[in-house]
Amino acid sequence: MRTISIAKRVAKELLRDKRTLMLMFLAPILILFLMKLVFSVNSTTDVNIATVNVKSSLIKNLDKISHIETKTYSSDKKAQQALDDQKIDAVINYHNSDFYVTYANTDASKTNATKAALKMSLMLTTIKKLQSTLQKIQARMPNAPKEENKQSKIHNYYKYGDSQTNFFDKIVPILMGFFVFFFVFLISGMALLKERTSGTLNRLLATPVKRSEIVFGYMLSYGGLAIVQTLIIVVFTIWALNVEVVGNILYVILINFVLALVALAFGILMSTFAKSEFQMMQFIPLVIVPQIFFSGIIPLDSMANGVKVISYILPLKYAGDALTNIVMSGAGFIKIVPEIGVLLVFLIVLTGLNIVGLRKYRKV
Amino acid sequence: MFNTVISLNQIVKKFGKQTVLRDVNFQVPSGRIIGLIGPSGAGKSTIIKIILGMETPDSGQTRIFNQIMPNRKLLGKIGYMAQSDALYEQLTGQENLQFYADMKGIKKDQAQVQIKNVAQVVDLTNNLGKRVSGYSGGMKRRLSLAIALLGFNQILILDEPTVGVDPALRRKIWWELQNLRNQGMTILVTTHVMDEAELTDDVALLLGGQIIAYNDPYSLKQQYQVNSIEDVFLKAEAQQNENNIYR
Repeated sequence: MRTISIAKRVAKELLRDKRTLMLMFLAPILILFLMKLVFSVNSTTDVNIATVNVKSSLIKNLDKISHIETKTYSSDKKAQQALDDQKIDAVINYHNSDFYVTYANTDASKTNATKAALKMSLMLTTIKKLQSTLQKIQARMPNAPKEENKQSKIHNYYKYGDSQTNFFDKIVPILMGFFVFFFVFLISGMALLKERTSGTLNRLLATPVKRSEIVFGYMLSYGGLAIVQTLIIVVFTIWALNVEVVGNILYVILINFVLALVALAFGILMSTFAKSEFQMMQFIPLVIVPQIFFSGIIPLDSMANGVKVISYILPLKYAGDALTNIVMSGAGFIKIVPEIGVLLVFLIVLTGLNIVGLRKYRKV
Repeated sequence: MFNTVISLNQIVKKFGKQTVLRDVNFQVPSGRIIGLIGPSGAGKSTIIKIILGMETPDSGQTRIFNQIMPNRKLLGKIGYMAQSDALYEQLTGQENLQFYADMKGIKKDQAQVQIKNVAQVVDLTNNLGKRVSGYSGGMKRRLSLAIALLGFNQILILDEPTVGVDPALRRKIWWELQNLRNQGMTILVTTHVMDEAELTDDVALLLGGQIIAYNDPYSLKQQYQVNSIEDVFLKAEAQQNENNIYR
C-alpha cells in the first residue's frame, strides 16, 4: 500500500529530526509548567491604602479585610506624595462627612478591591451602630425576645476540583487542543513545503501514486504523532500539575486526534500558498492567533454577539468546547458528538481541497 | 521503421504572456536514445513536464504508447529523473530507493533485486546505508539516477543526468544507457554537454519554442556543414538570431 509507505517515510523523517520532536513533546510541557506557575496564584493582590482624617473604628474594619493594609497619614499632601511614589495604591480622605478617594489605578483589580473594601467597612460600621442602638432599645423593653446571637457558617462544595481550582485549570483543556493544533499545523505545513521546494513532490507525482494516497499517508503519520503528543500532555497535566480530569481520557485523545487531522489538512492547504518557510511562519498571526482568542481561553460569553460568530468557523473552538466538557464536566461520548461532527466536516472539506489542490502539480 | 512511443503534436505552452513552446512537433521512436538540446530557458524542462502530465499544454496533444497524456497509470512505465536531485535527506540511500520502489508499485522481493542492481549501476552499493544528507553532490546525482532506473520502465526521461558526475562515472552511465537502449528501452535525455549529444542516436534541437532540427548527429553535422554538435548548436542559434532581425 502506497499510503502506508508514505506514512512510514514521513514518520521516519520526523523521528530522525530530533529537534522538531523535542519541540513537539517538550515545548508544550514547558509552557504548561510556566502557565501553572503564572496563573495558579488565587487572586491575592495586596492593597495598601493611605487614610487621612479617617475614624479609627473604620480603619479597624478596613484592616480586618484580608489583603488590605492601611497606613494613616497626617495630611492629604503627604498621602498624595506617597501615592505618586507608588508606595500606596489609594488614598482615602475624610472631609466634611464625605470620603474622597484617589486611586493609583495602575492595576484595575486593586482599584476594585479598594472600592469594595471601603464599602464593606462602611457597612460594618453602620451595622455596629444599628446593633448598639438595638441593644439599647432591648434594654428598655424587657419583654422583647432575646435575640440568639448565632452566626450561620458557610459550607462549600465543589463540583469540579477544589478550593484551589483557578484560571489555569479552566484553560488546561483548551491548551491541550491548542498545542496539538499549533504544532501539527506548523510542522506538517513545513514538511509539505519542503517536499515541494526540494522537488520530491514532483518526483513523487511522476510515479503512478494517487494524489489522495499522498494526503492520506501524511494524515496517518501525523495522526499517530498527535496521539503520542496528547498522551504526553495528558499524563503531565494529571500527574505533575495535579489537574483533575473528570471524563474519560480516551475521549480527550479522540478529540485531539481529529483536531490534529484538521490541523494537518489546514497546514498542507496553507503551505500551498507559501513560497518559503518564512512565508509559512507568516500564517501564524493569521491562522493561529485568532483561534487562541476564540477558543474559549477568553470567555466567549463576554463577547459581543457579532464577534462571537467568528468563533463558529474556527475548529479550535469546537475542540476547546468538547475538551472542556470532557475534562471539567465529565461529558460522555453522546455529548461530544456534535463537536466531533463539526470537526469531521472541517476535515472532509479541507482534505478534499488538498487532494484537488495537488492537481496544480499533476493534472491527473 | 520504428514504433513511435512518445508523440507531441502542435504543442503550445504559455506562462502568462510569455510563449515558451510555440509549435512543437516531436516524435520519439522506440529503442533509441534521443538527446534534447537547446539553450537554457528554451523550454526543455517544460517539454518533459508536458510529457509526464505535470503541465497541460495550452493546445496540442501528447500521446505515450498511443494513449493521451496525462495518464496516471502510464507513469509506471516511465522512469524520471529531474534536474534537482529531489531526495529525502533524512533517509538513507537504501530507504530512498525502497520508498520509490513502493511508489512505483514494485513487489517486495523484486524490489530487493532491483535496488541491488541499480545501486551497482551507479556505483553506490557501499553507501546505501548512509543518510543522504551525508552524500556528496555527485553521489546524490547518482542516487537520483538509480531511482529513475527502478521499475519496469519502457521509457526513461532524464533531465540533465550527468551534471556534477565525474568523467569516469559519466562514461559508465552512458555505457549503461546504451546497454538499456539495446534491451529496447527508449531514452529521452536533455543535456548541456555537447559531446554527450554525440553519444545519442538522434538529436533534437529546441530553439525559439520549436524543434528546428531533428536528426542523427552525423546527418545534423552534414546538414549544417560543421564538425561537431556544438558547432551545429552555435550555427543554428546564429541563424535563428538572423531570422529574427529580418523578420
